[in-house]
Amino acid sequence: MRIKLVPRQTHSRLMTWLTPVMALGLSLVAGTVVFYLLGYPPLQSLYAFFISPISDLYGVCELLVKASPLAMIAVGLSMGFRANVWNIGAEGQLTVGALAGSALVIYFPESNNILMLPAMLILGILGGMAWASIPAFLKTRFNTNEILTSLLLVYVAILLLSTLVHGPWRDPAGYNFPESVIFQDVATLPVIVSGTRLHLGTIFALLAIITGWILISRTLAGFQVRVSGLAPQAARYTGVRSNLMIWCVLLGAGGLAGLAGIIEVSGLIGQVQPIISPGYGFSAIIVAFLGRLHPVGILFASLVLALSYLGGEFVQIKLGLPLGIAGVFQGMLLFFLLSCDILIHYRIEIRKTSLSSSAGST
Amino acid sequence: MAAITTVELILLTVVSAATPLLLAATGELVVEKSGILNLGVEGMMLVGAVSAFIAMLTTGSWALGIVAGAAAGVIMSMLFGVLTLFFLANQVASGLALTLFGIGISSLLGIPFIGLPIEKLPTLDIPVLGDIPILGPLLFEQDFLIYFSVFMVVAVNFFLFRSRAGLILRAVGESHDAAHSIGYSVIRIRFFAVMFGGAMAGLGGAFLSLSYTPMWVEQMTAGRGWIALALVVFATWKPGRVLIGAYLFGAVTIFQLHLQGFGVQIPGQVLSMLPYLVTILVLVLISRNASRVKLSAPACLGQIFHSNT
Amino acid sequence: MSSPLLELRGVTKAFPGVLANDSVDISIPEGQIHALLGENGAGKSTLVKIIYGYYAADEGDMYWMGNSVSVTSPAHARQIGIGMVFQHFSLFDALSVRDNIELAISSKAGGDGLSQKIHEVSNTYGLGLDPERDVFSLSVGERQRVEIVRCLLQSPKLLIMDEPTSVLTPQEADNLFKVLNQLAEEGCAILYISHKLEEIKELCHHATILRQGKVVAECDPTKESTRSLAEMMIGRSLDPPAYELKKTGATKFLVQNLSRIAEDERSISLKNINFDVREGEIFGIAGVAGNGQTELMEMLAGEVLADDNAAISINGVECGQRSIRERRELGAAIVPEERLGHGAVGSMSLIENVFLGGHQRFNLARRLWMNYSNARTFAQKTCDDFDVRHAGIHVDAGSLSGGNLQKFLIGREILQEPLVMLASQPTWGVDAGSQLAIHKALLDLAANGTAVLVISQDLDELLELCNRIAVMFAGSLSEPHPVSSLTAEKIGLLMGGAHPEAA
Repeated sequence: MRIKLVPRQTHSRLMTWLTPVMALGLSLVAGTVVFYLLGYPPLQSLYAFFISPISDLYGVCELLVKASPLAMIAVGLSMGFRANVWNIGAEGQLTVGALAGSALVIYFPESNNILMLPAMLILGILGGMAWASIPAFLKTRFNTNEILTSLLLVYVAILLLSTLVHGPWRDPAGYNFPESVIFQDVATLPVIVSGTRLHLGTIFALLAIITGWILISRTLAGFQVRVSGLAPQAARYTGVRSNLMIWCVLLGAGGLAGLAGIIEVSGLIGQVQPIISPGYGFSAIIVAFLGRLHPVGILFASLVLALSYLGGEFVQIKLGLPLGIAGVFQGMLLFFLLSCDILIHYRIEIRKTSLSSSAGST
Repeated sequence: MAAITTVELILLTVVSAATPLLLAATGELVVEKSGILNLGVEGMMLVGAVSAFIAMLTTGSWALGIVAGAAAGVIMSMLFGVLTLFFLANQVASGLALTLFGIGISSLLGIPFIGLPIEKLPTLDIPVLGDIPILGPLLFEQDFLIYFSVFMVVAVNFFLFRSRAGLILRAVGESHDAAHSIGYSVIRIRFFAVMFGGAMAGLGGAFLSLSYTPMWVEQMTAGRGWIALALVVFATWKPGRVLIGAYLFGAVTIFQLHLQGFGVQIPGQVLSMLPYLVTILVLVLISRNASRVKLSAPACLGQIFHSNT
Repeated sequence: MSSPLLELRGVTKAFPGVLANDSVDISIPEGQIHALLGENGAGKSTLVKIIYGYYAADEGDMYWMGNSVSVTSPAHARQIGIGMVFQHFSLFDALSVRDNIELAISSKAGGDGLSQKIHEVSNTYGLGLDPERDVFSLSVGERQRVEIVRCLLQSPKLLIMDEPTSVLTPQEADNLFKVLNQLAEEGCAILYISHKLEEIKELCHHATILRQGKVVAECDPTKESTRSLAEMMIGRSLDPPAYELKKTGATKFLVQNLSRIAEDERSISLKNINFDVREGEIFGIAGVAGNGQTELMEMLAGEVLADDNAAISINGVECGQRSIRERRELGAAIVPEERLGHGAVGSMSLIENVFLGGHQRFNLARRLWMNYSNARTFAQKTCDDFDVRHAGIHVDAGSLSGGNLQKFLIGREILQEPLVMLASQPTWGVDAGSQLAIHKALLDLAANGTAVLVISQDLDELLELCNRIAVMFAGSLSEPHPVSSLTAEKIGLLMGGAHPEAA
């Protein structure tokens, strides 16, 4: 008997949406094993990881707070991934966006102008775009691999953040802590559910999802993004200018990551700190894949990944588990998803070995 | 031991800074020559580093530490290999998954060991030769992994361009369909290449946690896996140039450290950006000539292979 | 010797949805040049791949020199004395001739004496080859020689040739036939796959004809006419399109001094190309693949822009530097050489695929928005008008057969009622029925006044369709010749780079 992969005539649309669920299920099983191996009661830990954190309104709002930047960044990244532009430096774009937006507070700490917040958000978007424009420029002008440049720029961005909070941006009245001044009210995103930390940023994330959805499914531009990724030659044939496409998807993703960055700072942290994001820029890559590079899928996937962050914090507090468990869970999720995805294009066939095909060939 | 001069010290540290890059990039070069792009080097290095450290700390044997580092890298690479070669997953996505998973699992495994001290990997001094001024300590008073890294460059060069097995590996990377049609097992050859890459990345990590900074710190690779990937492009897939590139990066790293040490009026963080910026710069310089990269890159790099037989 | 060299009995092989070989029997004695004749998709390639150990048969037996064998891999096939030259060469571009040959032979046969042996074998058979050259620098004919030398070094008893002349000039093909005859005289059997009837009549001793996976006839091809062979192959009497010289009108497509410098050593520079296509005319560009046709098509279509705007004009409007979009607006329709991945996206539905070439002229997209209901109507009309057999317009384009997909692409472009139609290899690898349909569609299109350009490697196709033909060689285009003044030999010489005056 042998197992064979048989190509499907048409890719399975059912499987496209089923495999993320399968991957999630497999990750839960594997997660149980990991808890067991680490010496924690598996079921109790699973409960503490996945159920307890969202068993009250505050918890649900926390979930949304974490899902918002993930979804926002992932929508941007997904456009790039669809077009075969591998921007994996969203973490850097997020950081620079946060810095660009915060600069306004740092240089006008006393301002009470109500235009402060909108200006910060716009600066955040521009900052992210600026950072993403470096790989875009290098790719289109010098043919430089955007995977490596965008990723290396993450380290540069984080060092830039560190330079600023340890130096010129440090709050003079802050007992020498590497932190900026605390943002004044006009520079803080309003909370939309009182008693929680759920802020206006979540609305922006929803808008990003809806816009992304319309763009990819209804517009010519979205169609061209899809064609660029599936068949670059066909894209040229239909009149797509590939350099323009690279610029657009990188600037789009950079802008959204930058927006997510300034929203984190102004909606949640309230000052510039050495660490702004717990790796949202990288987790958003998983969100994008888990959500099938589709905005609606990303909506759900961002909730799953947000839960993994929330659950990670929860089990750290409740059971004393290391925070790294969230990363392991996220990694496993992506592994399982990528393996299950073979079912989209192939059927599994189990055959009895016939006499003449005594194998040897692959 | 002869008195070590400043010049010797600097050169020694350059070699140390270069070695993890050299190990990982040499491994990745073989992987890419077989037509596979494994972006998970950073993850494999981290897991190699933490495993080597744990093995060294618990057994006290540096040899076991090195073996553990390599083995951990191999196990990680096998995950990638299964995903991309048997489940036909996208190599870019799988490599990213491997890195993200590696960051998570290494920090999980390493928590009990953060901040614990171990003894640095011993140097294997070669008598007499080690007494030659300047060059002596540089060439003949190094630890095992440094010798090994240089040896592997020579070995890989010989393997790829002088042996039949290497020819087959290059052929698979050039055209997997042609290789398959004349009867080579593309999947098996690539799987071995991926495992070799994993072992070398694991060793690169092991060198970091056993020798370069003998301790475990979360994410201590600090992007070296990505720099190693860039080195392979910089070297246009030639082992000798990987060596040159790695030592160049070692020099840049040490240069900025010394600038910081000498109290230059530039914040340390800005100087720390230097290796990353230099990496981007050399990538730009080498990629500028599109056809040169296209001609030297393995033609099937990153493509998925599936035979329908 | 009583038993034949190779005998197949009842070989059957199924793929999902098709029975590629249905109980095939074949017997080949030593020294015979045995033709395996059939249309595209008749199961020829599958059958030889079974013999060569590439596929395993589902049923049936194979006998080699009288003994039952089961060939498990190509390496095994080579070991017992079966060699194969592939249709799409199994060569490695970046490696040298020597490395390419070494890869395909057992490790013992390699070693230091290999270069010497390559010289010996290639001299014996008149196949000049330099072992140290890199394969990407070789012409198609030279590449084929590498494959042949690779096989001959292992002294095969049976040599399988899969469509070997489809990429050769007639002169190169003649040289190949000499080599094959020499081999046959030495006792080597040759299994020769082709759908070109003339050459089978000229070369082969015996023919087995496959249709839809079954052996439908065996014959001595020297005693048959090409027409009778064709009817055996296709299974019905032939009905070629009525052909008459058409009246042509004003110039609709003009190319003047078009040049392009190669980006790297693997592509071809275009040198000062000039031609025009007139209203109602079909203009053919012949040539062996790899002489710059791909580069030329990219520039004509506007996927790569010319340095000089005047180099290309559509309907009198200079557009050398205008995008493919603008050229479509001027009235161009384009059918690229590659169906999947260029003319169509395999993993998109037929509905979405109509947006690729047709969104401008059919109101499929209004400003930025896609109009799916118009696209659906248009896709359905394309399929109906051009007899595209499909399982619904929502299926992936990649699931259509080559012929049906090509009809869809040609239809998509023709329905746009173009002034100028640019088609590259319009019937490459499609079945005979679709080929006829596509030829008819192109002739009708020209009859309605469109200027049609066809780039093809298939001389018969060009001679059948075109009013004038020019030949491409090493990036240059010959003077156009009216088809009435041309013979296959004359074109063949041009394809090999000779100037007709000198020949």
